[in-house]
Amino acid sequence: MKENLLYAISALFDSPDKIIKAAEKVAEKGYKKFDVNTPYPVHGMDGAMKLPPSKLGYFALVFGLTGTVAAISLMSFTSIFDYPIVIGGKPFFALPAFVPIMFELTVLSAAVATVISLITVFFKFPNNSHPLHDTDYMKNVSIDKYGLYIKADDEKFDKGEIEALFKELGAFKIEEIYYDEEEIFHEHKIFDKKFVAALVLISIFVSGGTYFTLNKLMFMTPFDWMMNQNKGKVQSASIFFEDGLSMRKPVDGTVKRGALPYQFQNKPELASKYLVNPLLPSKANLKLGEKKYNTFCSPCHGYHAEGDSRLNGQFPNPPTLHSNKVRNWTDGRIYHVIMEGQNIMPSYSAQLTREERWAIVLYIRALQRSLNAKETDLE
Amino acid sequence: MSSEKFNYEKKNLPENFIKLGYIMLGTGLILVALSFLTDKTRSAFNMLSVLMFLTSIGIGSLFLVGVEYLTDAVWTTPFRRIAEFLASIVLILPLLAIPVYLNLHDLFHWTHLDVVETDKILKGKSAYLNESFFTIRLIAYFVIWILFYFLLTRNSRKQDETKDQKLTKVNIRISAAFMPLFALSITFAAFDLLMSLEPHWFSTIFGVYYFSGTVLASLATFTFIMVYLSEKGYFGNIVSDHYYSFGALLFGFVNFWAYIAFSQYMLIWYANLPEETFWFLQRWNGPWKYVSLGFIIIHFLVPYIGLLSQPSKTNPARLKFMSVWILVAHFIDMFWISMPTFSKDSIPFSWNELGFLFFALGLVITIFAIAYRKYNLVPIGDPKLQRGLNFRL
Repeated sequence: MKENLLYAISALFDSPDKIIKAAEKVAEKGYKKFDVNTPYPVHGMDGAMKLPPSKLGYFALVFGLTGTVAAISLMSFTSIFDYPIVIGGKPFFALPAFVPIMFELTVLSAAVATVISLITVFFKFPNNSHPLHDTDYMKNVSIDKYGLYIKADDEKFDKGEIEALFKELGAFKIEEIYYDEEEIFHEHKIFDKKFVAALVLISIFVSGGTYFTLNKLMFMTPFDWMMNQNKGKVQSASIFFEDGLSMRKPVDGTVKRGALPYQFQNKPELASKYLVNPLLPSKANLKLGEKKYNTFCSPCHGYHAEGDSRLNGQFPNPPTLHSNKVRNWTDGRIYHVIMEGQNIMPSYSAQLTREERWAIVLYIRALQRSLNAKETDLE
Repeated sequence: MSSEKFNYEKKNLPENFIKLGYIMLGTGLILVALSFLTDKTRSAFNMLSVLMFLTSIGIGSLFLVGVEYLTDAVWTTPFRRIAEFLASIVLILPLLAIPVYLNLHDLFHWTHLDVVETDKILKGKSAYLNESFFTIRLIAYFVIWILFYFLLTRNSRKQDETKDQKLTKVNIRISAAFMPLFALSITFAAFDLLMSLEPHWFSTIFGVYYFSGTVLASLATFTFIMVYLSEKGYFGNIVSDHYYSFGALLFGFVNFWAYIAFSQYMLIWYANLPEETFWFLQRWNGPWKYVSLGFIIIHFLVPYIGLLSQPSKTNPARLKFMSVWILVAHFIDMFWISMPTFSKDSIPFSWNELGFLFFALGLVITIFAIAYRKYNLVPIGDPKLQRGLNFRL
């Protein structure tokens, strides 16, 4: 076994007053490389150790300002150049609205960066091996004792002198701390050349492989078979049909299953005259009518058919269905409007079956009746 | 923690300090009197902003005393008397309110009954904004403030002789009772005396806005006198940790003020409702715009940068400079709130206003000097005193 290398001489004290006095004395004697470990922050320690003011504040300042600049650039870029939208009549560069985000980002980046720089720059993370680990000294100062150690590479280091000084200061235990053998020439494994090279290789392989698979491989021969099938596709040309289109129309005279041809196209008067509601105003039919009305009609006409939907005012206003005109229409006339549309209202013949359309007519009648009830309805 | 026991012996205040107070108060009084003779309305507005400025220092100092008791803080204990002396300003506040009260009709639009009769909004508010209720509220504020001033300081002074530790506990209870009353009284005082200058305007955060300025102004005065006196050795061996704590608190409230002021502005700016925005538009048109914009620099950026770094918080010269700066900024703040109602198109600033500023500052110094002569500067009977002197961060 090789000769052990001395790291430091440590001393343990049993009261905060003693440790402050010891720190003052050690600093006074001119030792530079010493440190104090206490189970909790002892007030006035900075002054006793004659520590210079911490540089950590500058990290906070720089990263805080970085956050401010990042926020204002992001907000300006997005709302002036990339996607300008007028919000609430405010200018694109609406500084007061940016300020909260600038504030948040400043605080966030200052706080996070300060903690990270504290750990990496000042605590030298990821260094996880330290001679103080696993010593009696460390165990004591993390429970209820106050410790001080002077490192062996201090200019004024002299073993005998220091031990005498510690004794004089009232240390109850003085201990020499040695490096563990593997710590002496310790290098961070994380900066090992092979490890870094492997990281680089793996990242090149993974990203390159992903790129190749998604952008190249999918378009190479066996893998593109599913894309290139022998079939007519929407919008594609056809060499088979005479008109050169792949999309075909149904044969003339084809009737959809369950559909009846509508005889009164563009003939509202005839529809009004000849069409009769085939449904009875039963509970089931009214329920169906209500459901379909609420789905398809209420977005414009409103739930109570008063033309008061949320679209009101943003659109040519949809009319009320309680007007005298509509109340005096026959069922067939209303059915005709649903079939063919009117003014800006489109046809709903594709969305609704014949039965559903008639059910809606029943429901509209019920709604109209609700505002113009007859005396007899009360009985 | 080696520091010898502090022996208090009463020293006189520096001659120059007292003289400065008398000179400022004297010139101020003459100018104020002249001003009232030449331009009554303008002087009434000035008097109102001076009243609110001095209220800030007085009641804010009492608040700081209460906070010390409530939080059981030790680092302010050796200097608490400064805040107690400053708090005695509340005793003369009723006196200062008299010229304001006599000119109520010039100041407050809503006191004119014929105007209220034709104004639907003012009519709706008249249950609150009428002269008799206003008077009752004004008296109530003064009663609360003066009462708690006596309650808190009496025990503190009694402790000098009896050294009775129980008095500290009693004062903690009194402070706890004082806090909610303080919050309500200062909020409504700000509503009544400042916000109702524009009776159509309303801002629920206005009370907090005034409170933030209050703490800032009283803390700045407190800090200035503390640094000034301890530099001359009035407090024995004071270390930079004490300075640092004052600086940090001052810095914190600079930020708090900016936060509140900006919150008030941004919400009104965003919502863009005419009944709220007109107040800011008054301060955005004409020369007032430069004051409003300058506020960002005067009231926030300069104190913020000036107090940001750790060394600047422990530098006595810097602390004194920033304290005076903040105090003047708060004076401008009160001026900026009340004056545009009087003069929308121009900033009235000449010897009248300077006279009022001198008057206010001279009054603060003189009242401090009078209180100083009567009582001990250090609460020698306070059980926290030695701990406060030994305070280290």
